[in-house]
Amino acid sequence: MIEAQNVHFSYANKVEALKGVSLTIKDGEFLAIMGQNGAGKSTLVKQFNGLLKPTTGKVLVDGVETTKTSVASLARNVGFVFQNPDHQLFSETVEDEIGFALKNFGFEHKVIEERVTWALNLLSLTQYRKTSPFLLSGGERKRVALASVLAWDPKTLILDEPTIGQDHEQKEILRQFILQMQTQNKTVVIVTHDVEFVAECNPRVVLMKDGNIVAEGVGKDILTNPTVLAESSIVLPQIAQIFMKLAPLGFPKNIIDIYEAKDIILKAKENKVQP
Amino acid sequence: MSVFDGLKFRKVYSPIHNLDPRIKFVYVISIFVVAIIFYQIIPLLLLFLLQIPFVLLARVQRQWLRSLRGAAFFALLIFVINVGTTFFTSGYSLTAPIIESAAALTLRFVVLVESFSVFFLTTSPDHLGLALEESRVPYEFAFAFTTAVRFVPVLAEEAQTIMDAQKARGLELEKGGLLKRIRNYVPVLIPLIVSAIRRSLELAEAMESRAWGATKKRTNLYALKLHRGDYALIIITVGILAASVYIRLFVPIPTIAQLI
Repeated sequence: MIEAQNVHFSYANKVEALKGVSLTIKDGEFLAIMGQNGAGKSTLVKQFNGLLKPTTGKVLVDGVETTKTSVASLARNVGFVFQNPDHQLFSETVEDEIGFALKNFGFEHKVIEERVTWALNLLSLTQYRKTSPFLLSGGERKRVALASVLAWDPKTLILDEPTIGQDHEQKEILRQFILQMQTQNKTVVIVTHDVEFVAECNPRVVLMKDGNIVAEGVGKDILTNPTVLAESSIVLPQIAQIFMKLAPLGFPKNIIDIYEAKDIILKAKENKVQP
Repeated sequence: MSVFDGLKFRKVYSPIHNLDPRIKFVYVISIFVVAIIFYQIIPLLLLFLLQIPFVLLARVQRQWLRSLRGAAFFALLIFVINVGTTFFTSGYSLTAPIIESAAALTLRFVVLVESFSVFFLTTSPDHLGLALEESRVPYEFAFAFTTAVRFVPVLAEEAQTIMDAQKARGLELEKGGLLKRIRNYVPVLIPLIVSAIRRSLELAEAMESRAWGATKKRTNLYALKLHRGDYALIIITVGILAASVYIRLFVPIPTIAQLI
């Protein structure tokens, strides 16, 4: 469980990026943090593995205050995948890259071997085991970065802009993967601008603006609320837009899921009248 | 990264910022030369104090202090090595002149750092490029230079992100002995270099697609012109140089020990 209690944070240049944020993320929860650039999303999630420490207020990870421990020991439970894989790839082979963190955490050689194989398999990278990560395509590099964090099987996974530069198929794989993490009771936090991706996944949504949380709730409610979204310069997902326009015909407004939308439309067609 | 902060340009308007970069550069080089020709503590101390009005006039005292703080470690190193070597070579006696001359050499380094710091703090990269061009440096080189200067803060920021990304994977930069600590930086340096190279290739493509180098003869929007302040600085520079050469050749300089 991650708890942020009235967290304020200022950077060295005196810019106050977080202005009293309180948020509780329960174990096994899937959370999407959305908002404009500069809203404080990345600053907030960097508090969760201790990369940044609150100026005032507290962040507790499984009951331990982040100021009282190191990034390395927090990272053991909170995996953080950065937006740009080029900011972390450095090894000669994909295999070494994925094993890097495991070595840092002091895993045994045999265990490292097993976990690397497991992570390679999970993200269909096995064929690149001995390849240099620098020779891979952008999407593959992003998967190597993800694999290098998953390898130590952290309890919580933070993904910063996971869908950027990914084609539709990769996004779908990512979505399936997050669902799979859910079944293992892992916590997943994503920071994203990708409203369609969020609509498909339907996580709990936290909307940030100017260092504050402005709205919070299930995706179905937040992503269909035009006033709240406009405040954060987010457009409604396409399905929500359609249903917004169909509302005068008696259709419900808060629909973001394709399958739900299909059912409602089919039902309306069968009845030939109001849904 | 505090050392870099002392060299980072911020847009402020002051008489010093408005000076012609060429003249400022000549001034810095003159201070450099003067610092080199003296090895006694009193003239070097004067030289050090001489920079302070410039710093105050340019209102960059805070950044300037930070660059001095950044140089403090090297200054200390120079002092210790100088005292140490003279101590061992002069028959294990620690006298006032030894300490004084070590302090003078340290001060020489500090003077060099402070004058360069003032120059870079008060000269915009664009101005610098313009100055290079007008001093007949080929445009390609001038451009490469300004681009390099402009990308220093970007690189510093990127280094921070990379360090964060690796720390999130359990890397502990401050762990281990000296050799281990140096090795700890490999996972930071490689991504930094690779992404710098990638960026430079992208930059080159972007520039070429905007017709960089299409015409051999370029014109500039702004032209550098000498103003009253520049002439004043020329006079000050020549004055300092002449006085220093005269003093160096004809005036015996007492040490502090002798004065006391």
